[in-house]
Amino acid sequence: MGKRIFVTGMGIISAIGKNIPDTFLSLSQGRSGLGRIKQIDTIHKNEILVAEVGFSNSELAAMLGITDQQGYTRTTLLALVAANEAVASAQITDMNQIPTGLISANTVGGMDKSEIYYYDYLKLKKPNSYIETHDCADSTEKLADHFGINGFISTVSTACSSAANAMLLGARLIQNGTLKRVIAGGTECLTKFHINGFNSLKILDPDPCKPFDQNRKGINLGEGAGYVILEGEEALQNPGRIICELSGWGNACEAFHQTASSPDGNGAFLAMKKALDMSGLKPADITYINAHGTGTDNNDVSEGHAIENLFAPTIPYVSSTKAFTGHTTSAAGVVESIISILGMKNRMIFPNLNFTQQIEELNFSPVSELKTNIEQKHVLSNSFGFGGNNTALIFSKF
Amino acid sequence: MEENELIDKLRKEIIQQLNLEDVKPEDIDPDSALFGEGLGLDSIDALEIIVLLEKNYGIKIEDPKQGKTIFASIRILAKYILANQKAQ
Amino acid sequence: MSTYISGIGCISPQKTIDNSVFPAEAVNQNALFLQCIQPESYRDYINPILSRRLSKIIKMGITSALISIKDAGISNPGAIITGTGLGCVEDTEKFLMTMLDNNETLMNPTNFMQSTYNTISSQIAIILKCFNYNSTYVHRGFSFESALTDAIDLMQSTVAESALVGGIDEITENHFNVTSLLGHWRTKPQNNLELFEHKQKGTLPGEGSVFFTLTRNKQASTYCELKGIKTVYKPATMDVVAGSICALLAENKLTAHNIDLIITGMNGDQQGDAVYDEICQTMFDTKAVAGFKNLCGEYHTASAFGLWLAANILKWQEVPKISIYKGFRPNTIQNILLHNHVEGKQHSIMLLSKV
Repeated sequence: MGKRIFVTGMGIISAIGKNIPDTFLSLSQGRSGLGRIKQIDTIHKNEILVAEVGFSNSELAAMLGITDQQGYTRTTLLALVAANEAVASAQITDMNQIPTGLISANTVGGMDKSEIYYYDYLKLKKPNSYIETHDCADSTEKLADHFGINGFISTVSTACSSAANAMLLGARLIQNGTLKRVIAGGTECLTKFHINGFNSLKILDPDPCKPFDQNRKGINLGEGAGYVILEGEEALQNPGRIICELSGWGNACEAFHQTASSPDGNGAFLAMKKALDMSGLKPADITYINAHGTGTDNNDVSEGHAIENLFAPTIPYVSSTKAFTGHTTSAAGVVESIISILGMKNRMIFPNLNFTQQIEELNFSPVSELKTNIEQKHVLSNSFGFGGNNTALIFSKF
Repeated sequence: MEENELIDKLRKEIIQQLNLEDVKPEDIDPDSALFGEGLGLDSIDALEIIVLLEKNYGIKIEDPKQGKTIFASIRILAKYILANQKAQ
Repeated sequence: MSTYISGIGCISPQKTIDNSVFPAEAVNQNALFLQCIQPESYRDYINPILSRRLSKIIKMGITSALISIKDAGISNPGAIITGTGLGCVEDTEKFLMTMLDNNETLMNPTNFMQSTYNTISSQIAIILKCFNYNSTYVHRGFSFESALTDAIDLMQSTVAESALVGGIDEITENHFNVTSLLGHWRTKPQNNLELFEHKQKGTLPGEGSVFFTLTRNKQASTYCELKGIKTVYKPATMDVVAGSICALLAENKLTAHNIDLIITGMNGDQQGDAVYDEICQTMFDTKAVAGFKNLCGEYHTASAFGLWLAANILKWQEVPKISIYKGFRPNTIQNILLHNHVEGKQHSIMLLSKV
């Protein structure tokens, strides 16, 4: 078994809160972040529901003390808010005291600006401060510059499992001694580009999404960012800082179809199985699963079968929290990991909102109302991406 | 437009939209199943045909599940277009 | 634990697809940007039903990956990991422009589905039916390096016996036109083979898809040993890069003296190339120096092409004339240091040895 990895800091921003306390409050009060889109002008604005962070870019910049917003995409602004909170909560004063890496996840990058200015660049030959912010690495480098990190930095993009894979690599690089500490997570803002992308695949639900419901119709997209601070066994010297342990992870490729999941959920099963095997836990040790649970026809039945195949006869508490945060795509892995950790720490199971009827093909229902006083030693968070890039993470109480 | 004329047009349009480089229009039997065995088309192709119908015929299909019946064969698709264009 | 490069697949602006010829005759494209020489037919590699919707970069990626594992005699790699600075540019541009031109109507799902950066790594997995670890890195001049770092770590932690690792980027005319506004490119068509001769402002962009099959054990097909890799982000001075090189050498119980050839990512840009000159003068003054971007052009994952060159030099014990920049070709080439940087921000250093 490899060296132990601990979470010593967390930060988050999404439609349900600009920090950890606000997020916890929304989750425990059942307050969803879904609503009409305000920050983007799209022809779909009256047809779709999204979970948008309730601040404009200028407001986010003001929160960060950034006076000149030029060159800051929304993806970057969200990342900075969440990463600042994570670094502060880990009580890091000197970033370079120990070798610290930064691994951030992202897919849409600076598309929020590219989709406004692309023809200015291409047709009018008019560059501006956003022309170099198009790619995924831009937000990561802005974070690295902000924190003064010059060592290992990287950006992961495996679509909707990106942030989970960023955390996974961070944990491994600490285990093998390359790094002592990693800021890992992901960020994604809403863009017209991926709203239209998911719309072209006809998987957006015009109403609040209903994961694991027989009558589910699809996804509500969301936006947000989350970061955790990962450290190795040195963290045990000051155990008061430890939030929980990252005790297992599994990455598997479903190798089935670019956008569809297999009917039996083979990829999801493999990812969860690998994570369990690595942690040395038995299926029965997992109290709660934060499911990927997008609310599409295809994902929920596929993931549901995988959960049954691995955990039956005793299915853990299962919920998808996407009806709270929307599907935050590349950030979902870390946003939902943090939600799982908050539930574990506070002995709560946050509910799968909007659930009424069990899926016919499945033998279990998700938790549909808040449960309190539930002791959880181990929780599992699933994140699946296009192309069958599936990852599961297990967090354990410390 | 006559049904057979429309079938010929659709065969060419589908080959173009789905980039079926190796398929000739006459290879697509108007009465054979478009999906499943045969051309090897999948759910993404069905969505592409929905885009084609909107672009070239002004017909909107909101629920992709409808595609299963409408796209059963080229002839059924042609009949659907003729019926729905007249209705508009 | 050791890591070996035991299979390669390379589609580039050069005739690199045939692993049995090295060095092939160098190709001058005399263009504003270098484009890959495409295989005669992708049919030999990809089922036409599948390939019909795939854009050029996806076909190049899949094909070079398949060539690489075949070269290594492996059918199911322990991991598939890709690095790409910009991913599927053509699909992304198509979807973006359709959205802008049609005011968010008549959008093609195919372009969106394939615009995500992990398309190539997952398509390879689908073709190989490979359920193992799969990931994609998208960090400018660290994209390929991150993939390699991940793969080496996976193999050392005994999760995988082998790993398929690739660096892929494509250039399109639109992408060239947009990035031209940044002033990084030469403004007139350039003889790429003379790229190092007339240093000035700007360089020649390119593209490529290079896959490596890494194995934990040496085998008949092995090209060389990959001893290690380090990255440095925005070093304050070149001393920081030099420090990293020394650390990498020391970890492998080597000194600058043991290095027979330096391969740098020089690209003809005066300012950028001065960085390599400084490192070479202070650390490797008497050593032979080679370059590779006169063959492939500049792009985010060009270091993968650099690694292709290094691996082949070690295998064939031959340095192509066109690649030599300074000094004489050494008699035996035991150790190669590969140093690349992108706009001075992302530096990477790799150490390779003959087996």
